[in-house]
Amino acid sequence: MERNTEQLKIVPAEKSIISKGVDDFFLGVYNVWKFIGRFFKEGFLPPFEIKEIVNQCYSVGFRSLPLISLTGFITGMVFTKQSRPSLASFGATSWLPSLISIAVIRALAPLVTALIVAGKVGSNMGAELGSMKVTEQIDAMEVSGTNPFKFLVSTRVMAITFMLPVLVIYSGLIGMMGSYLNVHSNEQTSFTAFFKTAFMPISFLDIISSVLKSTIFGFTIGITGCYQGYHAENGTQGVGKAANTAVVIAMILIFVEEMLIVQLVNVIR
Amino acid sequence: MPAETGNNKKEVVIAIRQLKKSFNGRAVLNGVDIDICRGENLAVLGRSGTGKSVLIKIISGLLKPDSGTVKVFGKEVDKLNLPALQELRQKIGFSFQNSALYDSMSVRENLEFPLVRNRPKIKKKEVNDAVERVLTDVGLLKTIDQMPAELSGGQRKRIGIARTLILQPEIMLYDEPTAGLDPITSIEINNLINQVQHEYNTTSLIITHDLTCAKTTADTVTMLVEGKFLPTANFEKFFERQDESVRTFYDYNFINYK
Repeated sequence: MERNTEQLKIVPAEKSIISKGVDDFFLGVYNVWKFIGRFFKEGFLPPFEIKEIVNQCYSVGFRSLPLISLTGFITGMVFTKQSRPSLASFGATSWLPSLISIAVIRALAPLVTALIVAGKVGSNMGAELGSMKVTEQIDAMEVSGTNPFKFLVSTRVMAITFMLPVLVIYSGLIGMMGSYLNVHSNEQTSFTAFFKTAFMPISFLDIISSVLKSTIFGFTIGITGCYQGYHAENGTQGVGKAANTAVVIAMILIFVEEMLIVQLVNVIR
Repeated sequence: MPAETGNNKKEVVIAIRQLKKSFNGRAVLNGVDIDICRGENLAVLGRSGTGKSVLIKIISGLLKPDSGTVKVFGKEVDKLNLPALQELRQKIGFSFQNSALYDSMSVRENLEFPLVRNRPKIKKKEVNDAVERVLTDVGLLKTIDQMPAELSGGQRKRIGIARTLILQPEIMLYDEPTAGLDPITSIEINNLINQVQHEYNTTSLIITHDLTCAKTTADTVTMLVEGKFLPTANFEKFFERQDESVRTFYDYNFINYK
């Protein structure tokens, strides 16, 4: 039996700053892997916390809709507006819907949505769990016969992993609407013509890779936010640090994953 | 050395032997031995950072000892698997220093949570009755729909105790029950601890550095000094000792209880 929030810590003898930094990095990686392993072990074994997963899906998904709608719409509209002069110089404004759909579906919707959700939901997870940790609410949950990892971590990670692809699809559609409004006001293109042209270059692989990518982004945000919050220490200062670190690390990882997935999809394509 | 309780026929509910725990190379508990019998109320005194809270966290399975054994109702806590530990924890109530109420839940939800989680088939009416009963016991029925942030420190402590009582524990672990409270509220909490001991027939382990709390709530008192317990005794006899750490602790409380 181990304590719920216990991490592997090695107390080194006299060491240089560099070797301590290397040790800390590898210990950090080990602890994160252990945390992920525990998520799969506890999240997919009964009893399932269905009610709490639904609550978290509502919290992550529904409550993010206004922000995702606004950013998605503006992204589509602004990208269209900025792309027009370049295409117009070649007399190719009719390509705008195709260009926008490729950009939005392949990259912008997953990336922008994931970054926004990392900022909104990831920081919230870090702060909420961090606050629960430093005020002993996680311990209280454990001694009252509830597995806090299953109840707090597994449910949040699952919810954001399920909900981010939904938000990405929604954001993509809203982004395309923003683009359509801009194209329609400038070129008087009809709704049908716009979307017919827009979806012409989009393949099944684009949709699948976008959804899979957002699933991975969601998992990354959930694990990072929960890990930082669950291991917060040193009072309120630790809570702030957990929230901040959760966002920064999640954003860096999202960009790294984006780069790797794009490479992989291009090989498949 | 196991404590002499003066009543060897009583059932030992908590038995600790050679318990050791250290953090970052610093030994906090350094060979703790004690027996706590059913119905006994033991206060553990000690300065801040001497490992008093660590002790009750090990008893409740929140921390793992480095060595030694902790048996609760004859079961070795750190050898139990999770389901067995959770079953055992239903018999142990833990009142946290800062109450540890769930901020996102109302008082009612805070109290319902352990009950619903441990008895999933319980009926709604039984849950409501249990919540109202424990809130009445702690005198805070009127706060049932309030959020923890709306409560005073003393009310939070009471609700924290009520949350542990809802599972009708046989052992109560109190971590600094009067810390941060004014003297009058502290006396109210002490009275509540006594009330709980009588009405719920609990065995109590009270971690405190408040002598008033120790004197009014405990049958026996001990002190954690350099990672070990001093021999237990009742309050008056314990402070007759000429041990320097006991004298210092007593003198610095500025109050003569004799």
